[in-house]
Amino acid sequence: MNDQTVSTMSAMMALVRRDLIIAMRERGDMLQPVLFFIIVVSLFPLSVTPDKTLLMQAGPGIIWVAALLATLLALDGIFRPDHEDGTLEQLVLSPHPLSLLVLAKTLAHWLVTGLPLIIISPLLGMLMQLSGDAIIVLCGALILGTPALSLIGAVGVGLTVGIRKSGVLLSLVILPLYVPVLIFGAGAVQAAMVSLDPQPHLLLLASFSLFSLAFCPLASATALKISVN
Amino acid sequence: MTTESLNTSGRGKKWLWFHRFGSPAWVYGFANRWAMPIGIVALLLFVVGLYQGLIVAPPDYQMGDSYRIIFIHVPSAWLSMFSYFVMAASAGIGLVWHIKVSDLVARSIAPLGAMFTFCALVTGSLWGKPTWGTYWVWDARLTSELVLLFLFIGYIALSNAIEDRRTASRASAVLALVGVINLPIIHFSVEWWNTLHQGSTVTKLGRPSIDTRMLIPLLIMFVAFNFYFLSAVLNRLRCELLSQERRTQWVREIVHG
Repeated sequence: MNDQTVSTMSAMMALVRRDLIIAMRERGDMLQPVLFFIIVVSLFPLSVTPDKTLLMQAGPGIIWVAALLATLLALDGIFRPDHEDGTLEQLVLSPHPLSLLVLAKTLAHWLVTGLPLIIISPLLGMLMQLSGDAIIVLCGALILGTPALSLIGAVGVGLTVGIRKSGVLLSLVILPLYVPVLIFGAGAVQAAMVSLDPQPHLLLLASFSLFSLAFCPLASATALKISVN
Repeated sequence: MTTESLNTSGRGKKWLWFHRFGSPAWVYGFANRWAMPIGIVALLLFVVGLYQGLIVAPPDYQMGDSYRIIFIHVPSAWLSMFSYFVMAASAGIGLVWHIKVSDLVARSIAPLGAMFTFCALVTGSLWGKPTWGTYWVWDARLTSELVLLFLFIGYIALSNAIEDRRTASRASAVLALVGVINLPIIHFSVEWWNTLHQGSTVTKLGRPSIDTRMLIPLLIMFVAFNFYFLSAVLNRLRCELLSQERRTQWVREIVHG
């Protein structure tokens, strides 16, 4: 292949477009994580308590945990279909840096699975009796935090893509690494609820996402090379 | 492969000793020779340390006898973290320089590290009951120790799930490295989140706030745990080497005498 004909940037753009087109053709799949998110959150009032004040206190944590699980559930789709039909091998063999291609795929995946969660989150905030300010902070925290979830998740999927049944294994590998996002994400909303400044939490969340942005694509590229061989 | 054939590669002479660690047969001999003596030293130190700690050292004026669990708890907690770092380092070396022995060292350490983490958690919660009045509190250090246990379990699960051993070692090495970068982040995020655990007593700058009669057994136990760790790693490494190299001549010679 002649690498002069296609620049890395346009290869990345093409990859994002391709993944988005595939996602749009299977819109039902796209909806699943969002529905899961809503169902998990609505289970908590049923199981814990419908009490307004208690729900308000537990709300941010519940929403974040549900977002985490919804991301985790959708994560396999980032590389697995491509692994099954051989596209992944072509990506590994392509002359462009694999880490950047992985970044493009992660971006597409975030647009398809992360963004819908953010869009639906105000509704869930209302179900959890959060105040208007807290809901705005919740959206902000999700915008800053979910990229890190996708980026770290891509490493985990890269490592487990060669294994046939990797569902539980993926969560074992990935969930401990999600701890900082959960802490700062829920912390920001909780701070906003007691009218403290949520900014430190949000900044830490953003820095964690940026850090993941810098390192996770490299790690996922290495992982994919190992898994694909 | 003999060490002589490696020596001819023309590198600087001071690196010659290092090459031996790349040779499974040599490392097997090394582990075989040292696992037992180091284990015996560990055992002796355990006996001395436990005697000093449980019988000689005075009870604490606040916590009474319950503090004595630190003689197990502190060395376990130290080794839980130390072994994760050593595991990640040797997995990383195996990943970058394709040294098989290094992969096996990481693989041998993982269950030990998980065990030490588990010990630290259990002893900590046993100590927590009389001191804090509850077996478990969501305190920063306890929580990051728990996350560490999850990281170990993830590592072990991943390396067991992949059938091809080369791929398994390399994939779990990536996970160990990601974990080792994340570990400080997790630690600090949990620390800012909530803290109840008492501050460090031994490494506090200046004078440690602990009686010498309590400090000495703690240090002995600390050394004993490290020796035990070393001996256990060497022992596990022997088994890993024999199983990985089972088709080679030197293993056949050992097995068939």
